[in-house]
Amino acid sequence: MIITIVVSLAKAIGLIFLIILPMVSYTVYAERRVSAMIQDRIGPNRVGIPLTLFGFPKDIPFYGLVQPIADAVKLLLKEDFTPAHVNKLYYWLAPACAMAPSMMALAVIPFGSQLWGEPMVVANVDVGVLWVFAVSSLGVYGIVLAGWSSNSKYPFLGGIRSSSQMISYELSLALSVIPIFMVCGTLNLPDIVKYQIDHGWLISPIWIKGISLFPPGINFQEIWRSIDILKIILWIPLFISFIVFVISMFAETNRLPFDLPEAETELVGGYHTEYSSMKFALFFLGEYAAMIAGAAVIVTLFFGAWHVPFLPTTLHNPYTVWGVLLGLIHITAFFVKVALLLFFFIWVRWTLPRFRYDQLMRLGWYFFIEIALVNVFIVAIILPFVPK
Amino acid sequence: MSPILFWIFVAVMLFFGGMVVLNRSPVGSALSLVVSFLALAALYVSLDAYFIGVIQILVYAGAVMVLFLFIIMLLDLRAESRRRVNFPAVCGGFVVIILFIKVLSEVCYSFEGGNAKFPPISQGPQGDVWHVGMILFQQYNVPLQVVGTLILVASIGVVILSKRVLK
Repeated sequence: MIITIVVSLAKAIGLIFLIILPMVSYTVYAERRVSAMIQDRIGPNRVGIPLTLFGFPKDIPFYGLVQPIADAVKLLLKEDFTPAHVNKLYYWLAPACAMAPSMMALAVIPFGSQLWGEPMVVANVDVGVLWVFAVSSLGVYGIVLAGWSSNSKYPFLGGIRSSSQMISYELSLALSVIPIFMVCGTLNLPDIVKYQIDHGWLISPIWIKGISLFPPGINFQEIWRSIDILKIILWIPLFISFIVFVISMFAETNRLPFDLPEAETELVGGYHTEYSSMKFALFFLGEYAAMIAGAAVIVTLFFGAWHVPFLPTTLHNPYTVWGVLLGLIHITAFFVKVALLLFFFIWVRWTLPRFRYDQLMRLGWYFFIEIALVNVFIVAIILPFVPK
Repeated sequence: MSPILFWIFVAVMLFFGGMVVLNRSPVGSALSLVVSFLALAALYVSLDAYFIGVIQILVYAGAVMVLFLFIIMLLDLRAESRRRVNFPAVCGGFVVIILFIKVLSEVCYSFEGGNAKFPPISQGPQGDVWHVGMILFQQYNVPLQVVGTLILVASIGVVILSKRVLK
């Protein structure tokens, strides 16, 4: 009993503090560098190890990789100003409400196969994806409260926009993944990953089995057997649901082209206009953590989570050096996939212009919900012909 | 779940349930209701009913209460002004509560089956999602389809009614 609690705590704390929070700060750095790259600028490339502070003649620039730490120190040391016209309790509560849900959503994500025989998922529950939707739907409270308690016009408009946007896109988000559950027959995320290991990632139309890197070998008969016409037909609706899910995820995490809640050309800063210092940083952190959680869900549902093609999924004895190494490779693979998706998120942000508010709502209610519903029907028609 | 957690969640649920009524500001009431719902979901989870617990959060805390809050903010309701306490009414209320508890306890103790312990829940290898699905789609398939059609008709009706220009 005590041991399970300690192990779960270790997993949760390790995931949040060793992986997600550093990843958040380096996503911000990546955002600045990639945007600079796209706009033909240089971006933050100076902050390194400040050796001049200790009397050395030169700093080590280090490609600006220490920039996030400098940013964090700056945000912590800034004056924490609370305007006089705000509703104090809710004003203070809102940043926490914005950040906590995106961290909680990560609890059910299988971010690795196993280490020392311990499965790398904080909570292996049957409701899986529903938990992610439930918790991320709570994230809207932080934004709404911030908008309302700031007691000023721009934040209020941002809060109103955000709540209606998030409610609208939750529908298409949830509807678009129903085909996955129909195909896999479960809501449990580790089981969905297991299905993808056996039948191929849901994003890929063909799946080649029989090639192995460890030990090296090619089995032609198995390669021939793994080609399946129905899998290719089933791939079309799954790819549609992938597209709907990813675009809805953009809207759900308030990223451009759907960042209407904080559209700086119209609303100054949106819901966090009145916030400064670390409270503002918490909103920032929550937004990027939500982005990482969203990318993690996409990776889990469509990209086989921690699975690396042509590598074994388990060894007979997970306690040997090779077993631990394999577990670490799987964890790394998961976060590399997440990082690639985050790069895609950033790329889209600095490429597409912002939608108008009515366009956003029309897209959600008139197109995505209908596409997702029809998609469910298509999968239901194909599924009976697919051999188990 | 350990009994300590049970009592903590019960206390949180009842406290914030009370705050829904006692809070003067409508936004405070709505948020108290959200916390109460979350604690209730935790109690469901303690009964191994993960599905109901998550649906409780998803539907009530995540969707219905957001809409409530949305409307309260749009209407810009002020906090209720404080009224003087009507002493006889409060006394009457307490008398009614005590009488109700008395009647309830008498009924409960006179009913023999009320003292029997529940048999332990055995779920088997499948989780509760599987069981809920099986019961819904096998035992109650026709009602489910009827309700589904009804909701579909209602949502189409909303779209038609909310259109500005009717042709």
